[in-house]
Amino acid sequence: MSSEYILEMTGIIKHFPGVKALDGVSLKVKKGEVHALMGENGAGKSTLMKVLNGIYRPDGGSIRLRGEDVRILNPNDAIKKGFAMIHQELTPVPHMTIAENIFLGKEKKKGFFSDDRTMVKDTQELLDNLGFYFNPRMRMAELSVSQMQIVEIAKAVSYNADIIIMDEPTSAITENEVQKLFHIIRDLTAKGVSVIYITHKMDEVFQIAKHVTVLRDGQYIGSKPIGAITSEELVNMLVGRQLNEIFPKERQKKGEIILEVKGLSMKNAYENVSFNARKGEILGVAGLVGAGRTEVFETIAGIRKASAGEMYLNGNKKQFTSPNQAITNKVVIATEDRKGFGLFLHLKIKENIMVSSYPKFFPAHIIAGKKINTVCDEEMSKFRIKAADGNQLVGNLSGGNQQKVVLSKVMLTDPDVVIFDEPTRGIDIGAKSEIYKLMTNLAQEGKCVIMISSEMTEILGMSDRIMVMCEGRITGVIDNTEDVTQDMIFQMACGINEMPSAGTNR
Amino acid sequence: MDSKKVLAFINKAKIIIIFMVMCIILSILAPSFLSGTNIINVIRQISIICIISMGSMLIIITGGIDLSPGSVAAVSGVAAALFATQFDGPVVLTLLVGLLVGGGCGLFNGIIVAKGKIPAFIVTLGMSEIARGIAYVISDGKPISGISKGFRAIGRSSIAGVPVPIVIMIIILIVTYILTRKLIVGKHIYAVGGNQNAARVSGINVDRILILVYTYAGLMAGLGGLVLTARISTGHPNSANGYELDAIAATVIGGTSLSTGGIGSVFGTLIGALIIGVLNNGLDIMGVSAYYQQIAKGLIIIITVLMDRKETN
Repeated sequence: MSSEYILEMTGIIKHFPGVKALDGVSLKVKKGEVHALMGENGAGKSTLMKVLNGIYRPDGGSIRLRGEDVRILNPNDAIKKGFAMIHQELTPVPHMTIAENIFLGKEKKKGFFSDDRTMVKDTQELLDNLGFYFNPRMRMAELSVSQMQIVEIAKAVSYNADIIIMDEPTSAITENEVQKLFHIIRDLTAKGVSVIYITHKMDEVFQIAKHVTVLRDGQYIGSKPIGAITSEELVNMLVGRQLNEIFPKERQKKGEIILEVKGLSMKNAYENVSFNARKGEILGVAGLVGAGRTEVFETIAGIRKASAGEMYLNGNKKQFTSPNQAITNKVVIATEDRKGFGLFLHLKIKENIMVSSYPKFFPAHIIAGKKINTVCDEEMSKFRIKAADGNQLVGNLSGGNQQKVVLSKVMLTDPDVVIFDEPTRGIDIGAKSEIYKLMTNLAQEGKCVIMISSEMTEILGMSDRIMVMCEGRITGVIDNTEDVTQDMIFQMACGINEMPSAGTNR
Repeated sequence: MDSKKVLAFINKAKIIIIFMVMCIILSILAPSFLSGTNIINVIRQISIICIISMGSMLIIITGGIDLSPGSVAAVSGVAAALFATQFDGPVVLTLLVGLLVGGGCGLFNGIIVAKGKIPAFIVTLGMSEIARGIAYVISDGKPISGISKGFRAIGRSSIAGVPVPIVIMIIILIVTYILTRKLIVGKHIYAVGGNQNAARVSGINVDRILILVYTYAGLMAGLGGLVLTARISTGHPNSANGYELDAIAATVIGGTSLSTGGIGSVFGTLIGALIIGVLNNGLDIMGVSAYYQQIAKGLIIIITVLMDRKETN
């Protein structure tokens, strides 16, 4: 008996001690479609996918594959049954070649020996079919994140998978590369492969998916064809709230200039960057990944060194040679790489929050545990960090809560200029809206807020002014009025269109 | 909630439970184990390793390793003995010489690790060879005896019935505890070990913290060397051989993680040192040959850490 669905998960239930992680969840995927799976962090997406991957056994419900009831025993069984999972955090072996990575664990042999030639040939074919013309003998370490992702897709295809699960595949790649990825996804679906696409990004769902299923708190909220739903309705399903509540932005009255940069340059990163930022404003910094935005602002925050140029803070010439100096001068940055540069995963929440501020609270260098606890409790409620108490390890928190810990740490130093580099990457929409509120509050308090973001909706929704960079240069600084469109920003970010005054903006 | 707290406590107290079980077994097998003199004896035997391990622990918390304290202890002891026999100055000055030599070696380690960005394993391995070599050079390879009574007192006399090495050990335990838990510097040490990049971006002067920690470890090695020299009444260039490994063992048994920095405590390390000491002493009393003792020590290192890891993960 055949069915119009290749995969039907119905009434899936999964208990964990004390929690009902999945409570009657359904997911029905047609052959050759892109099916988006959405939900806030903790909604049950990963649990559902782990059920599909055979990592968890469901406590109830049924899985039908190609019209037949199946039980998926373990990840290996899932592969045999035609599933392939592409994880959010890729795990390539960097010093091995593309071919070696694709055939990892299923190497071809010729007698006793590894049959490298066949593997390279097969890999070349796979890559060619995906329109990805790279030498299979290249090492993974030489590839960009998006290129690695394509290799992962090739690997999935090499398993002859007909259902590919992609967990936030665009969380670490640029807008350009996203389009390439979409192109490949469309090719795959045209060949009859189904894709389950997990994402937080609204615009992607509308671009690529045919159908969307939404989960919230382990519950099945609904499933709709993309043509039959507006983004407002989708947000409503996701958070049970209205879209206009997400961007709380009220236009600010601009204060005086606090930060001014003139002709800042750094070899191989950016050149002749000049701009200013005012008290009480949110300056959005747009651009493609690799435009030099992070480098410019990490220079300002003392993490990198400029080769030329000047910087003024409140009219005084400054140059920070270490983050320590920048923090003392009330300039801080919440870096893009949360786990690498922002957090101490093995330390407690309170130790993370306090780490930059010990000298401020304990000028005599002697620590009082009680004081730490009170400060930490205040911060946790102010930033709505969801955890039992400040003793919880940061590594055990969700992405959104981790980001709030970073923000709390940064804000506790009492800065005048705060730089947020991709503050909402990889966090769900509920936590996002809270972070937007926090940034708005900061601006209202008179802080100068600089927000580097690759998400257009965020740039347009939050900024008072928008600065756009392309290949290490500023290609535009504009007031964020009603007339500003995504397209205008995008053109400046690609260097197609440039504000005449951009280069000389003072 | 409550059962969770109990579990967390057991998890934390696991190492103490292991220690107590060992003590109980030994006291059954060898009744004299629990006598007052024997207990004092055990603690005195571990005092030098315990002092040295405070430095090793801090280094391991920052994500490094120290292979030099054995040699540094030897060169410090020899230098002090040489000074004492040549100049016959006040004891305080002699001790200062030992500490300066130890601290200097540590400072060197710290500067190379922090500024030269060379792995601690290599730097301290190099220092281990250098320090041992210097110890042989300045002593001409011969033990230096005839040190003053005042110097010897550090290793051999007692204050109110408590041997001086134990008193020194207790002082060092307290100082290190305050350093790690009550001072900002301690918080920064854990942060540097937890994530060096994040520590730097958070405004911590990472290089300064590293240099400080390695210097502290050098001082501890120097102090350990002084106590040892006083105890054996001789500055011996070949002394304290392998102490670095005992110090690392005490630290690791005590729950400091070699793989992920940012974890470790003074109390845990003390228990780690006690476990090693009790094991040696217990087997001694029972008349087990030294060869077997070594095997037992190796096993206990692996077993305790295995038990510790299993449940924490």
